Amino acid sequence: MATVELEDLEKRYGDVHVVRRLNLRVAHGEFVVLVGASGCGKSTTLRMVAGLDSVTAGTIRIGDRVVNEVSPRDRDIAMVFQSYALYPHMTVRENMAFGLQLRQTPAAEIDKRVRAAATMLGLTDLLGRKPAALSGGQRQRVAMGRAVVREPQVFLFDEPLSNLDAKLRVQMRLEIARLHRRLGATMVYVTHDQVEAMTLADRIAVMHEGLLQQCAPPAEVYGRPANTYVATFIGSPAMNLWPVTATRDADGLCLRGNGLDVHLDAAAAERVRAAIEALPQDGAGGREVTLGVRPEDVDVAAIGDAVLAVDVVEPLGAETIVYGQFDGHEPARAHGRDPPTLQRHEGPAIVRVAPSTQMRAGDKVPVRLRRDRLHVFDVHGLRLAHADGPP
Amino acid sequence: MTPPPTARPALWPHLLLVPVTVATLYPVLYVIKLAFSGTGGVSASPWPFPTAASLDAFAAVVQRTDADGRWIFGAQFGNSLVVATAATAIGITLSCSAAYAFARFDFPGRRFGMIAFLATQMFPGILTMIPLYVLMQRLGLLDSMLGLALVYSTTSVPFCTWTLKGWFDTLPKELEESARIDGATRLQVFTRIILPLSAPAVAVTALFSFMTAWNEFVLAYTFLSDEAAWTLPVQIRAFVGDKDVQWALFASSSLIASLPVIALFYALEKHLVGGLTAGGVKG
Ligand SMILES: Nc1ncnc2c1ncn2[C@@H]1O[C@H](COP(=O)(O)OP(=O)(O)O)[C@@H](O)[C@H]1O
Ligand SMILES: [Mg+2]
Repeated sequence: MATVELEDLEKRYGDVHVVRRLNLRVAHGEFVVLVGASGCGKSTTLRMVAGLDSVTAGTIRIGDRVVNEVSPRDRDIAMVFQSYALYPHMTVRENMAFGLQLRQTPAAEIDKRVRAAATMLGLTDLLGRKPAALSGGQRQRVAMGRAVVREPQVFLFDEPLSNLDAKLRVQMRLEIARLHRRLGATMVYVTHDQVEAMTLADRIAVMHEGLLQQCAPPAEVYGRPANTYVATFIGSPAMNLWPVTATRDADGLCLRGNGLDVHLDAAAAERVRAAIEALPQDGAGGREVTLGVRPEDVDVAAIGDAVLAVDVVEPLGAETIVYGQFDGHEPARAHGRDPPTLQRHEGPAIVRVAPSTQMRAGDKVPVRLRRDRLHVFDVHGLRLAHADGPP
Repeated sequence: MTPPPTARPALWPHLLLVPVTVATLYPVLYVIKLAFSGTGGVSASPWPFPTAASLDAFAAVVQRTDADGRWIFGAQFGNSLVVATAATAIGITLSCSAAYAFARFDFPGRRFGMIAFLATQMFPGILTMIPLYVLMQRLGLLDSMLGLALVYSTTSVPFCTWTLKGWFDTLPKELEESARIDGATRLQVFTRIILPLSAPAVAVTALFSFMTAWNEFVLAYTFLSDEAAWTLPVQIRAFVGDKDVQWALFASSSLIASLPVIALFYALEKHLVGGLTAGGVKG
């Protein structure tokens, strides 16, 4: 069984702590995407799995075997690099056959597998060419073919699409998805692109500064982000985060701050209310939390929770993104106690509306937050509750 | 479309370059003139172009035999060829592997080693002559082609190592990592990925090694006493002796000796042009 297990995995370069206590289990046949901003330690993690970087502490298991000290060639993995790393002096055929030749695979078998991979990836006519005579997309495909012919236990991808233009990237993304479906192989895929992560992954592992923030299926990472970092990293435009103070009133909770005045009555957002009420109160009877709402969960309404002063309107065709500020917004307001790893989003309010909505810069529009789509985070940025779906 | 205005070439570069060119070519032309002037004696005229077309001097050089009737030219030409080839082979083998280690491995003494290699290049080579002579004598390698080849290869190793390390540094690490994942051992990575991609750099260093060894005079003159063991430069110098100065033989043997180097240059020319790595990574 081709599982990959990372247990308390650590990587340090001198004083630089690149990967911290990473625990991750990739099931047989699963497609896990490591995603995070540039420099968060994704490649380092993948390279440790490949055996190209040494492990500072912790264990890596592939199948049942601890591979910490096993050389890359004996790990039975294949890796596709961002730069493709095709051998420039070999033809496409030789590039794909190289690994098999080194393993003394019979020539007939090599030929069969190279042909099959070439057919699958549309490379049949290019087998005699050298990499220099290929386009970016073709090179990318050769790099994948080279991995496929090896029939490894685990495929590793390090930002394989980052050097392609936008159109080709979409095409190759589909091709990788198809490849995974067809081979059913275990794949670990690194990217900084959340769209790739969302579309390809069985599970997404979000990393930030060497720490795993959340590992869950795409819908869950999107619908129930574990903290404010994940909330803003996944989803475009990012989730709105507003520091507010919650106080009790006659029939529920009142969330105020940043120009917002959200009343949660006894019928609304039960879990959110319960989670907030479980927090200790400050002297004035208030509780500080961060309210999170995705741009699509803000509606233009007759009676709003806030008045949006429209700043920029971006019509994208299928939808329109509106950037603005709430009246009464206090720019510098934020909870002061956040640990540095959990960033707080302090941008303007972002609202996603139907393209038919008439709006112009300078308009003042009342908006209402969907009660059943609220997220709340504590002052450290950790998720307290969300209103939607299972807990 | 109007043709781009052609800049009128400035005059002053020519004023500078023409005399430099003449000064560079004059001795070469003069040697050619001497070589074709036959064996009958040389005019003292400063005119650099051949005034005769006699091949006598060439024939005399090529057919030379020693007192015992041995074909001395053949022996010396062979010596030069063996020494230069062996020196190149030894030097390239050593410097390729050393350069790869310097380029890719982190080991104690790496920096010091590189600097020490550089330092040897800062002293005039003649400084090492006496220690080398003693060394060769102790090892019984005086008057031996192997000894001379070893000496030559060691003197070219530092330069070749630096050049090759510079080249290896430009080869993307991912190529090697990819090969290691594909199943290659370190040695296979080196022989099947690195070396084939390094043909231009190896060609340059090989040419340098060969030329250095082929043209070297001082050490050969010091270490080789038997005329039949001489290399060509020693023989060429010997034509200009204390009492007997044979300018025509000197000139014609010089020309003959330069032919293999020219041939080698043409043979390696296509490798000297780089660009082999284009397209492997990104692009
Ligand atoms: N050899 C190294 N020495 C020191 N720091 C390194 C080295 N390799 C990577 N790093 C650091 O580790 C961090 C994570 O790098 P990487 O895993 O490549 O990030 P990502 O792939 O997520 O962009 C970066 O801050 C980088 O500077
Ligand atoms: Mg990376």
